[in-house]
This record gives sequence, C-alpha cells and structure tokens, in this order.
Amino acid sequence: MSDGVMKRMGMIFRAKANKALDRAEDPRETLDYSYQKQLELLQKVRRGVADVATSRKRLELQLNQLQGQSAKLEDQGRKALALGREDLAREALTRRSALQQQVTDLEAQHQTLQGEEEKLTLASQRLQAKVDAFRTKKETIKATYTAAQAQTRIGEAFSGISEEMGDVGMAIQRAEDKTAQLQARAGAIDELMASGALDDPSGMAKDDITAELDRLSGGSDVELELQRMKAELSGGSSDGQQAIESGQNGAAQSSPQQDRPRFDKQ
Amino acid sequence: MIVRIMGEGQVKLDDAHFTELNKLDDELLAEMESGDETGFRRTLGALLEAVRRMGTPLPDDALEPSELILPSPDATLGEVREMLGDDGLIPG
Repeated sequence: MSDGVMKRMGMIFRAKANKALDRAEDPRETLDYSYQKQLELLQKVRRGVADVATSRKRLELQLNQLQGQSAKLEDQGRKALALGREDLAREALTRRSALQQQVTDLEAQHQTLQGEEEKLTLASQRLQAKVDAFRTKKETIKATYTAAQAQTRIGEAFSGISEEMGDVGMAIQRAEDKTAQLQARAGAIDELMASGALDDPSGMAKDDITAELDRLSGGSDVELELQRMKAELSGGSSDGQQAIESGQNGAAQSSPQQDRPRFDKQ
Repeated sequence: MIVRIMGEGQVKLDDAHFTELNKLDDELLAEMESGDETGFRRTLGALLEAVRRMGTPLPDDALEPSELILPSPDATLGEVREMLGDDGLIPG
C-alpha cells in the first residue's frame, strides 16, 4: 500500500491511541471506584471473622456452664448413693448423661467454628495484602496518567481529532479497567472458596434412630456409672462404707426431708 | 481491514478493494500537495463514497482499532494538511 492519506492518518492515530488518553472519562475515577469496592469486600470478610469469633466465645460460655452442671450432678449422684438412694442416684446420672451428650455436641461445634475462624482470618490477611498491592499500583497509574495528561493537554487544539480517537481509546480503557476490577473481585472470592471459609459449617442435626441409639447408650452409661460407683463404695475405702452406714442411720433418725439431697430442676 | 471515517464511524473492508481505494488515496495526496482544493474535495468525496459502498459498518460499541483513517467529508484541504504536518496529530 502506498503512503497515502489513509495510511499516514492511521499511523498518526495509532501513535495517539497508544497514549490511551481520553477526555470524556477519567480512568483515575474508575481505579478509585474499584479500590473502594475492594475495601468493602475486605470489610465484609472482617465482619465475618468477628461474627465467627463471637459465636465461638458464646459456645465456650455454654460449655463451661454445662460442664459445671455435669460435675454437680455427678456429685449429687455420689451423695445419693452414699445415702442409699439408688433411685435418686440413677436420676442424677441420667441427667448428667444427657448433659454430657450436649457437651460433646458443643465441643464438636466449637472445633468447627475454630477452624472456620482460622481460615477466615487467613483469607482476610491475604485479601488485605492484595488490596494494599492494588492501592500502590493504582496510585502509580494515577500519577503516570496525570503526568501524561498534562503533557498532552498542550495539543488539545486539535479538538476534532482527539474526539475521533476518543471513542476507541475510551472504550479500550473502560474494558481494561472493568477487566482489572472483575479479576480483583473474582480473586478475592476464589481466595475465600479455596480456604473453605464460605462452606456451611452446620450438620449437627440428628435423625430419630441416632437419637434413640444415643438414648440407649446413655442408659447403659448410667448403669455402668452406677456399677462403678457401687464398686467404689463397697470394695473401696472404709470411708465410703462409713458414709453409707452413717447415711442409713441418719435417714432412720432424722426426717427424710432434711437429708434427702435436693436436685436442681433442669 | 477496518477503516474509520472521522465523524461517521468504522467500516470493515475486504482487502480486495484496496487497489481501487489506493488509487483514489494517491490522487487525494497529490491534490493535497499541489493545493488543488476542488480536486481534493471531489476525490475525498469519491473515496468516502467507495468506502461506504464496499464496506460493512461496525457497531458503535465495537472495540476494534482502525488500521486506516479518513478525514471527515467536510474536512478542508488546509485542515488535512495541518493534521499530516511534520508534527503529526500530536505535537512534540
């Protein structure tokens, strides 16, 4: 092709397009907007970490409470048996067994939550690093753009021409910005998915059969516990024997209301 | 190849048409250099008309850079000469 008007104008326009300048849209605003969106996402992840940590602390409090109740029931069972009230001891141990099951469930939940918290914290740290890197890059691009704009503003007299290449340059710039923004967002979400932080930590519900089996095994635990306590009392120390004897005597001498161990209602 | 007519938009042209377009383009350049305003306007009109006739218009939201660019139909010889001056479209 000869070096005609068409070709020469094309070459000149390409040189200008490489500078990626347009007047209608400011890429610095797009960069700032994208950064703002990333900060919002980071804020959401941080809020997620705080929510999980709160749930974990609440579970810890419940666990402490349950363990306290469980210890108390065991103690009451022991006293009841010492007083010869096997029925009361059985009741206490049955309640304790139910509590122990709750404790086991809560401990499993606690462990899951702790895992989630660690993953989210890690994801949050990684996202923070990415956002920081983007901010640095954004500021560099903005500074370069401002310098280039100041340099080329001198040539703005050729207004008709800048307009012509503006629609191409602007569209390319817009597409590039949009791509970068989407990549940043997708990257952050990938990060969360990869760490497993977006998985559902539930699955604690039980079916009927499991509940029934738990109940049965709970019952046998009570029997075993009773056997253990009985063995402890009969074959064990003389203190235990004395306690039973004195308990029996006491029960015979005093009113049943005074000596009967009292159980807290659940 | 994609050609832009300034102020109108882009068209896609088959390479086979360039022999004909190049003739008009060379004529246009010669008239511009000799300062033949009448000839320049006539040839520019013919060139633009040929591009419109042979090309397929591209949608406005297309992201295709133009390989060739033509002045707008109302561009004067002086304006085009200024565009193609030693400094090109970007001074400095």
